[in-house]
Amino acid sequence: MPKKILELQNVSKIYGELRALSDINLTVNAGDWLSIMGPSGSGKTTMINIIGCMDTPSVGKVILDGVDISRENAASLTRIRRDKIGLIFQQFHLISYLTAVENVMVAQYYHSMPDEAEALEALAKVGLAERAGHLPAQLSGGEQQRVCIARALINSPQILLGDEPTGNLDEENEGIVVDIFRRLHEEGVTIIIVTHDPEVGDVAQRKIILEHGKITGDIDQSATFGKI
Amino acid sequence: MFWRMITKTLIRQKGKMLMIAFTVVLGVSLSTAMMNVMLGVGDKVNRELKVYGANITVRHKDAALMSDLYGQGVSDKFLHEDDVLKLKSIFWGFNILDFAPMLEGHAELAGAGDVSLLGTWPEKHAVLPTGEDLHTGLKSLRTWWEIDGEWLNEDENNSVMMGHLLASRNNIHVGDNITLAGKSFHVKAIFNDGGNSDEKILMTLPALQEIMNLPGKVSTIEVSALTTPDNDLARKAAQDPRSLSPEEYETWYCTAYVSAICHQIQEVIRDGVAKPVRQVAESEGTILNKTTLLMILITILSSIGSALAISNLITASVIERSQELGLLKALGAYNWHIALLVLVEVMLTGLAGGVVGYFLGIGFAQIIGQTVFGSYIEIARMVILIVAVILFFVTLFGSIPAIRYLMALKPTEVLHGK
Ligand SMILES: Nc1ncnc2c1ncn2[C@@H]1O[C@H](COP(=O)(O)OP(=O)(O)O)[C@@H](O)[C@H]1O
Ligand SMILES: [Mg+2]
Repeated sequence: MPKKILELQNVSKIYGELRALSDINLTVNAGDWLSIMGPSGSGKTTMINIIGCMDTPSVGKVILDGVDISRENAASLTRIRRDKIGLIFQQFHLISYLTAVENVMVAQYYHSMPDEAEALEALAKVGLAERAGHLPAQLSGGEQQRVCIARALINSPQILLGDEPTGNLDEENEGIVVDIFRRLHEEGVTIIIVTHDPEVGDVAQRKIILEHGKITGDIDQSATFGKI
Repeated sequence: MFWRMITKTLIRQKGKMLMIAFTVVLGVSLSTAMMNVMLGVGDKVNRELKVYGANITVRHKDAALMSDLYGQGVSDKFLHEDDVLKLKSIFWGFNILDFAPMLEGHAELAGAGDVSLLGTWPEKHAVLPTGEDLHTGLKSLRTWWEIDGEWLNEDENNSVMMGHLLASRNNIHVGDNITLAGKSFHVKAIFNDGGNSDEKILMTLPALQEIMNLPGKVSTIEVSALTTPDNDLARKAAQDPRSLSPEEYETWYCTAYVSAICHQIQEVIRDGVAKPVRQVAESEGTILNKTTLLMILITILSSIGSALAISNLITASVIERSQELGLLKALGAYNWHIALLVLVEVMLTGLAGGVVGYFLGIGFAQIIGQTVFGSYIEIARMVILIVAVILFFVTLFGSIPAIRYLMALKPTEVLHGK
């Protein structure tokens, strides 16, 4: 029996008249690689925000690693996010005046203690050992996103959350990033990636389709998993 | 990491930070200048007030006690006129600018009844035992009097000057003759003092001594002296000079404190008690209070101005960086982490501006001292502390809107920007 890392029970997010998420039920096992797809406005970002402890549901429970996070206050959400979640975004959101390695160290600083050697190692894992001292402006889009991945992983999170992480990348860099996901999956990291891109969606073990805030498809891709 | 982030943001935001620093420089330099002038101005105003009459009076010790208890009154104890010139022989004789003996009396003015009289040295020329030429008298102590006519000369014993209230009530004019205690006097002048002398008649000391039959007697001596503002030592000495150690006594005696000068006056005037004049001390006080109030007002206004300006600049800077700061929150920074980051940035900038502003302010204080008071203004160390505290709170209050904005900032609002 695989361990449940995440469970959404009857989760809704309501903005006035609008149900951005409507009665979502979802269970994710530890080590799963999940992709979330769906048209624009279907609630994907809303869902990632709730899972990533940056937002809370209007209705329902979110159980992350055995803890119900749906009613926590901002400070404890911050603490849980810091300890359990690694985040990557479509925009890379690196701090422009800090070097690649310093950007990684910022995440260490707010988690525990900056450790330059460890940060350099994380950069090496995403193939950026040589670029550690560069500022974001001196890196390509793909390289910047890899710095973000190194930063997301530096505190060994249980879940890596990405909101369209390849949305701003060309095909070659998309390939590099997907390869990194693959390796992380082998290391046992739970991966949840929102994407528009079918190629990125199809490499996951499981694909969730969101439409108008509802799950309209839950596709098991384990048959093709590892073969694409 | 924290300091690395701080220094790098400071460098990157140098434009805004320079603006903040500049605002602080303006505010701090103004406050520093104002406070130093305010604190240093005491003896300047004191010196200005020197020209405004006497600042020490000498009375007979029993009369002094009586007048302390019951207010100014006529007493039967007197000082000796022949002691008066000895004032110039005391250690701080050189600081004694002017003086005049005063005798109070009263007599019948024909057609008006009993009136108060003042006998004095209107002017006094003498050669001191030291060979020094002395020129003093009441004329030098009443510079503000408005005179219709002419001041009495040194030995014009048959003329008087009359207070304008008394004169107008009795329809007396310059050039008239009056009969006082059965003796005829020429009214040489009518004066306006603005005080209770306006009801009195002023005459030479010998003339009044004759009327009152008090040869060689004097009720009070008015003295105008240049003094150093009192300090703790002076206050201790004023209580009781015997409480000082020999070294302290020496220092005190050889400094021109009012108390030291009074002490020395008492050494030469038999039975005399010398006291600072309260009236002058008080008017000095009110002038100082008004200046102080003005300076405090300017300091407060400039602080508020700085706080508002700083507040705008910080808020702008924080809004501009909201993505970056939202990211830090997403990465696990608590609200206080971010608030601290911004506060330290602002405080460091404020500190830099404060140091520059402080020294600039000292410069301003000296310029004000030179142009307004014509002298160097002593720098009060206390000002550093006061300015630092004000600056701290100004930057703190100035940061409040920005901090509130930060607290409310949600990472989701800034990170998923399309
Ligand atoms: N803070 C908000 N206030 C009001 N409506 C919102 C807010 N955030 C998202 N929405 C709405 O919720 C719906 C889902 O948004 P989102 O999760 O961003 O979609 P997706 O990421 O799938 O494009 C959209 O209609 C969006 O306009
Ligand atoms: Mg989205």
